[in-house]
Order: sequence, then C-alpha cells, then structure tokens
Amino acid sequence: MVYQSFLIKYAEIGTKGKNRYLFEDALIHQIKNALKRVDGSFVASKESGRIYVQAISEYDYDEVIEALQRVFGIAWICPMLQIQDKDFENLKKTLVSYVDEVYPDKNFTFKVESRRADKQYPVHSEQMNRDLGEVILKAFPETKVNVHKPDVLLRVEVRKVVNLYSLMIPGPGGMPVGTNGKAMLLLSGGIDSPVAGYMIAKRGVKIDAVYFHAPPYTSERAKQKVVDLAKQVARYSGPIPLHVVNFTDIQLYIYDKCPHEELTILMRRYMMRIAQEIAEKNGGLALITGESIGQVASQTVQSLASTNEVCFMPVFRPLIGFDKQEIVDISQKIGTFETSIQPYEDCCTIFVAKHPVIKPNLERIRKSEEHLEEKIQEMVQTAIETAEMIWCDEG
Amino acid sequence: MEVYFDNSATTRVLDSVRDIVVKTMTEDYANAAAKHRRGMEAEQYIREARAEIAKTMKVSEKEILFTSGGSESNNLALIGGALANQRIGKHIISTNVEHPSVYNPLAALEDMGFEVTFLPVDQDGHISLQELQDAVREDTVLVSVMYVNNEVGFVEPVEEISRVIRGKNPRTLFHVDGIQAYGKYVIRPKKQGIDLLSVSGHKIHGPKGVGFLYIRDGVKLKPMIYGGGQQSNLRSGTENVPGVAGLGVAAKEMYRDHEAKILHLLGLKDYLIDRMEELDGTVVNSKKGRESAPQIVSVSFEGVRSEVLLHALEEKGIYVSSGSACSAHHPGISGTLKGIGVHQRLLESTVRFSFGMFNTKDEIDYCMDVLKEILPVLRRYKRM
Repeated sequence: MVYQSFLIKYAEIGTKGKNRYLFEDALIHQIKNALKRVDGSFVASKESGRIYVQAISEYDYDEVIEALQRVFGIAWICPMLQIQDKDFENLKKTLVSYVDEVYPDKNFTFKVESRRADKQYPVHSEQMNRDLGEVILKAFPETKVNVHKPDVLLRVEVRKVVNLYSLMIPGPGGMPVGTNGKAMLLLSGGIDSPVAGYMIAKRGVKIDAVYFHAPPYTSERAKQKVVDLAKQVARYSGPIPLHVVNFTDIQLYIYDKCPHEELTILMRRYMMRIAQEIAEKNGGLALITGESIGQVASQTVQSLASTNEVCFMPVFRPLIGFDKQEIVDISQKIGTFETSIQPYEDCCTIFVAKHPVIKPNLERIRKSEEHLEEKIQEMVQTAIETAEMIWCDEG
Repeated sequence: MEVYFDNSATTRVLDSVRDIVVKTMTEDYANAAAKHRRGMEAEQYIREARAEIAKTMKVSEKEILFTSGGSESNNLALIGGALANQRIGKHIISTNVEHPSVYNPLAALEDMGFEVTFLPVDQDGHISLQELQDAVREDTVLVSVMYVNNEVGFVEPVEEISRVIRGKNPRTLFHVDGIQAYGKYVIRPKKQGIDLLSVSGHKIHGPKGVGFLYIRDGVKLKPMIYGGGQQSNLRSGTENVPGVAGLGVAAKEMYRDHEAKILHLLGLKDYLIDRMEELDGTVVNSKKGRESAPQIVSVSFEGVRSEVLLHALEEKGIYVSSGSACSAHHPGISGTLKGIGVHQRLLESTVRFSFGMFNTKDEIDYCMDVLKEILPVLRRYKRM
C-alpha cells in the first residue's frame, strides 16, 4: 500500500489555548527537520487544526515512520490514503482493496466512521457508514461490525479529496523541541545522562551539553564516546552543542588541598558551577543531570543537597526516582545503551576514594572549599574559557 | 616531536610498499584471475611476491597461501588443520600466553569437541620441554606455539619444541604463530620442523589486511572460505593484488641486509633498557640482546596505571601500548604478564614500547626526558 500522506495527531499541544499556533509551528519545523534526512520530498503543513505530511515523491515508508517517531510532540502517525476520484462507487472499491491489503487476517471487528466536510457530497455520513460497512461485510464475510469497541476503526473524511485511514502508529509524545527554553545537560558517558537529556528534550526543551574531560586520566576515546552519545540524543532533540571542559587541573588541585573522601563531592560542585556558567553564557535556564537517588555515593540525598547548594539555576533530574533497570530500558529504547557501556574511564571514577563520604556535612564541605580559595576562581575561569565546542548533529 | 613506539601493534608502510600498492590500485588493477593480458599482468605481482616470500624462508612458492592477515592465518591453520586431520585425533596442545587469534579459535575447537591442553610458561616465558613431551599423545593432532610473544618479546625454542613433538608423535602437526617473529628472525620452516606458520603484513612495514600462511607441502587443511576456487581452492576470493604486492616488497626489504636491520632494532632496545635504569620504580620485563625479540621492551612502572601513562605520553606525542586494555570497571589483566610471574601490583602498570625501522635513538632520548618529567606527577596523583 502506498500512502500519499500522513495525518499527524498531537496530544498536549492541543491544549495550549492562544499559544497553540506557536506549538504547531514548532512541531511542523521539527517534522521538516526530521524529514530532511529521509529520501524523498515532503510537505508538512497545517490545515484546519491538523498537521499533514504529504509525500510529493517516492519514499521509503519505514524510514519515514522511524523519522517521525523521533519527533517530540507527535502522539500518533496515521498513514492515509487520499482518494482523488470522489465517486461513491469508486470509494467503495478503494475501501475494499485497502482493507484487503492492510489487514491480511480478516478475523476482526470494525466500524466505519465517516465525516463530510464537503457538504455538497451526495451521500451523507450515516448513509456512508452503513453502505461502506456493508461492502466490507460482503467482501470479507469473516469480519464483523462492532460499533462500541472495534478492532479496526476505518475513518473516511470527505474533503477536497477523500481521506481514508485506520492505522495509528504511536509517536513519542511530549512537546516539540524549542517550545520550552534551553537547558544544559551534564553528559558523562554513562547510561544515565543521555536518558536524562532525552527525557527533558521530550518536554520541548532545547539541549546544550557539557562534558568534563580529564586527560591523561581519561582518553580521547572516552571523549569520542560522549560525542557519539550526544549525536544519538540529537536524533531526538535536534543538534546539541557539546562543550568539552578540560577538568584535570581542577581535579588535581582539589586532590592536593582537600580530604580525599570529599573529592567526588567537591568535584561535582565545581562541575555544577562550571556547567551553570556556560549555560548562562549560552542562554540556558536550567541544568540537567542523570542523577538517581542512592545510585552511588555522590547521589545520596545528602550528596545531592550538597551539590545542589552551589546552583542558582533549577536542576532537572528526570531520573531521580528511577531504578537502574528502568533507566537501562529507556537507554535501550532510544539506542544509547550500547555506546554507554563501552568501557572507558570517566573523570568521576579516576581518583575515587575507597570510602567516599556518603553523607557529606555541608559545613565541612564549605570549609574544605576554603582551602581552594587561592587559585580555584582562576582555574574555573580558565576551564570555561578554554572549553572546546563540538557541534553534535545526528550522524 | 612525534614518536611512534607501537610497532608491534602496526607499522608505517615503507615508501616502496606504498608505491607498489598505489600502482596496483591505479594502473595494474585488473583481476589477477582474468583471462586477458591485463589480468596476467596483475597476476605477475602475486607470482613475484610469492617468490620473494618463499625465498626469505627457503621454501617452495606453492607452500605460501595469502590471507587477509595474521588472524585469518591462525584461524585457518588451527581450525582448518584440526578439522582436516581429525583422524589423527582430537587433542591439541598450546600455551597459556597465546594471542587471542590463537586462543579463540582453540576455544571454538573445544566447542566442537576437541580437547586442548594449555601449557604454562616459566618466568622467561618458555614452556617446559618435559611437560610438552608428557602432554603429546597418540591422538594429538596439533601443537600451536607462538614464536615471539607480542607483549614481552620472549622467544620460544621452536626447533627444540618440534623435535620433542616429532619424537613422541610424528603425525602431529606443528603450527607456529610467527606474526611478531617474521622479519625479525631468519625462519627456516624445513630445518626448524614447522608445518604451519602464520605471518601478518602490517607488522613488517607492509599493508594491513594481508598476510600469509606457510603450509608445508603435504599438509592438508580444510578451507574456511569457499567461493571461486582461487589459490588452489584453499582460500577463495579475488586476490588482493595491492596487498600481496605490498607484502612481497616489505618481506623482501626486511630480509635485505637483514643483520644490519636487526642490529638497528637491538641497538634501540638495549639503549632503552639501559636508560630505564635512570628511573626509579621501573621493572623491565624484556631481556637485553638476543635473548628476547629485538623490537619489544615491556616495562612496569610502579605506582602508575599503564593507561594513564599511555595517555600522558600521548599528550607529548609519544605512542606506546598498555599491556592490557583496562579501566576501573573492566580490568583486563594480561595472561602473558601473569604467566611469566609479573608481580600482581605491576600487572596494571605495564607499558610496551615496540620499535620499527623508522625509529631512532633521539626518539628514545626524548621519551626518557618526557618520562622523567611526567612520572613524578603521575605517581603523586593516584586512585586511593
């Protein structure tokens, strides 16, 4: 079956009142972006409160569906037949061949739901429902009508042409990226942070990312892995500018000046500060982390409180209540898992103490930071100024 | 300064190799099996390479089979050799310091019902000839031993090993993984009693993706690649003319003025080992002079993780290899280092420097300067 077009159904953005057009325009923009990488030409447009994607050349069906399934804001994708010849007899014929091809197993219940936007059309909706239903029953005696809970709901809309559709392929949901400001994702190379980025992007937020690189303790391959992950998240969120911060000097300075068991917490406080500054410079309004309560020593409630203390921006932690397996499931679904589990050292583990503090005392942490006063401001500024920006777009 | 001390991983090709590869890709690019003149011209490159390589080992041309490299040669020798000679028996002997391209085919053979005995090595990396003699049985179809170890550079007494095998079971096949040895040693399969010898092109300044397997005349192998019947039906697939031609040139070059080349490598090796004495807390695992391979120096640096040292050297333009790929989560400890009894605390602190024809003493001087600068820093900051 060759569908000439797709009806795009959106969920939440239908509820945004007067701003609705902003959301619809953003969604169309994202759909166009997603289809740019697909073979074929398409037109995405808005028409009486609906979004259509029209194919104006040959295309690969699976490729289009896959691309659309990554556009946040889409609730359903309905492949649609557009019947130019509106003659009722032709309509019946087309419907029968449509049903025959799309549903090879005829053991199903159905209902025809017609709408007549073109009021000039000679057959009115009720009549159409009955007649078209009868045609199907006659052609495929195994089928049954069920008007309350049909397996297959056949929708027929008479407009300038007749639209026929019944398949509803789930989209990713959420809201179109670009409708909810921008936030800075702390991307580590692990399983969690790409998932966190995905989840916030799903709420329409544009994503920037920051990665803390610690050569020679972390390798070029570890950095490449983070670039790869950013590109994978970009398949959903759109291009991600990745800021690579050289963190080695700061890490070694903390190592020299502070108690080792506090190293991780102190390090994370500086990561938050640096991320926040880079975010602010680039118009970001919040931070995103992949933290989940209790997963590691630096993610106990006390530790989270301690790292949170240095932030003036809101910190989004979409995975905070998730178990590891739940996070793994999402990372497998969005395709970042395989990359995340490549075994490269990240900067959080290189100097990790055997027994890091798990209930850091805020007073003591602040005291420890006093030991850093001499040089840390300058080091933080250098790290920010020398950060390298890598544009990560889907591959 | 850029210093490439990772020649046991791969080497830069010689200019003469590059030239012939380009020529066979852009001018004489016909299929060597084609019936027309251009095909015959392409075939000439293969004939020449075969002749040159046969000459380096004093073997017959028809005993050289071109492959895609060392791994394929090892796979074909082991799996093809074991399967074609099962009537001798289903017992195989090897050592516990082999390269994965030997170890993993053997594991696959175990799954197919073969029994494999892995012999341990002593602190010099040698298997015990007595233990070998005890291990060879009536049903031992194959013995596989590496000539030069890739991590430390120790050399197995191939000829004596062969004698022990022959003495016990003349039907047993003897395979030698010669990937780190070919080009560094004068190898005489006939005299040394080798039935099968694996060689890789890119370890001797030749191209990647090409190698050969020496197969003593009369030894039967079961092919692993079926197709158009090239190379006497033993290894189908359109002949890799550029690769084979490049390999031929590299082999010829390595064995031209061979002793001078070995002295160059030995000079570098001994110089680095001598200079290592200037550094505290280092243990050299390789031996000076001809007791171990001329191109490999394995050094353990106390209190420094090899991967961190590797990257710190990399920042200064020096490229080496760490004995094992490891991280905090995935310590992959080397079987070889463990096998020769390197102390537990040094296992993750071992780095391999490996030399090629392009290296110089100046590069070693630079490397020593860098080591003196970075080691104290690396030792100061470590995992707690």
